[in-house]
Amino acid sequence: MAHDHDHDHHHHEGDHSELSETALRVKALESLLVEKGYVDPAALDELIETYETRVGPRNGAKVVAKAWSDAGFMEKLRTDATNAIADLGFIGRQGEHMVAVENTEDTHNMVVCTLCSCYPWPVLGLPPVWYKAPPYRSRAVSDPRGVLAEFGVQLPENVGVKVWDSTAEVRYLVIPRRPQGTGGWTEEKLATLVTRNSMIGTGLALTPDQVTS
Amino acid sequence: MNGGQDLGGVHGLGPIDPEIDEPVFHAEWEKRAFALTLAMGFYGQWNIDQGRRARESMHPAKYMTSSYYQIWTEGLIKLMLDTGFVVPGEVHLGRQEVTPRDLHRDPVGADEVAAILAKGGPASRDLDTAPKFKIGHKVRAIRMNPEGHTRLPRYLRGCEGEVVAWHKGHVFPDTNAHGKGENPQHLYTVKFAARELWGKDAPANDCMHADLWESYLVPA
Repeated sequence: MAHDHDHDHHHHEGDHSELSETALRVKALESLLVEKGYVDPAALDELIETYETRVGPRNGAKVVAKAWSDAGFMEKLRTDATNAIADLGFIGRQGEHMVAVENTEDTHNMVVCTLCSCYPWPVLGLPPVWYKAPPYRSRAVSDPRGVLAEFGVQLPENVGVKVWDSTAEVRYLVIPRRPQGTGGWTEEKLATLVTRNSMIGTGLALTPDQVTS
Repeated sequence: MNGGQDLGGVHGLGPIDPEIDEPVFHAEWEKRAFALTLAMGFYGQWNIDQGRRARESMHPAKYMTSSYYQIWTEGLIKLMLDTGFVVPGEVHLGRQEVTPRDLHRDPVGADEVAAILAKGGPASRDLDTAPKFKIGHKVRAIRMNPEGHTRLPRYLRGCEGEVVAWHKGHVFPDTNAHGKGENPQHLYTVKFAARELWGKDAPANDCMHADLWESYLVPA
């Protein structure tokens, strides 16, 4: 089980004998598919390495930092996010149709896929376990403020929450608000404030204090 | 289908329990399950909607208590059985029993992976028909009770919302998932007030959006 709450904060799936069965099942499957000539193990390694080391939320952080720094880029993100993001080199699988949703003084955006686990891979990489698991998928739409509280985010009542359920092939990227006290920062430095959760909408961007302390 | 995957609004599933500094994968088998699923998908013997349908066919109790990559693994096995890549005994033993399918091509090599991922698989399609709805139109999501695949979640059915974006033509999952053609339709983002979906106790200024195909909608 992804969520066994009998022991806290351990999603380590190798702990369970049931999951060792899964490990054996996957191992048998790979042996079979290699024996039948259907897959090249080197290609499997390449796929894994791509998403472990090259495609992840640092990509999205670059998009956000540029949006904060460059009004022209922000405008293009609003009107044609797919091509704006492609201009930075982030393209392809699970990012074919991108929409950027911008947090403002009175709006907070949050993204979910209630029906599966749709997520903008080119900018955020593969989704975390909680994003794909039933607790988040069930309540993100029915109780977004309760969900945000579980992530430590308390919004003032006057801030409306906009939830985006990724029911089609459109993928959403949240542009969090730029923290105060970051005037004159370079894009590289701004990107250090942009967390994965702030781009899903279950967090806010870090403040300068949080990264220097 | 009204299966275990349609989770919007379900109660009692516990805390979200995010993990600090979560790794991309939690075990070696997850990496392999992920990569095998993508690599077998590269043959184009099933589409993304058929992939989702295969995962959703799992018993709801099992779906809700399986991890993501377990669901992927079982979905992949089902797809490969359905398309004749493997037979059940082979999956059980992890050894070849019947001749492989002749796919008239070699498996994707490591040097081809980057280009395939970069290409992706856009779902947009050109349409000759004019969109039925415009931005600002009030619409209602239809009521339905499909045994087949759909991307209209239960929590939106019968509810009224407003079109806030139009994405032109997109492949229609309800037929594509069953090998009955892409039948592209206009796709819209529809905004629903939280109170329309969840009643008077929901916050007045919250709203939920979903991307919905034209045949899911009627004028309100």
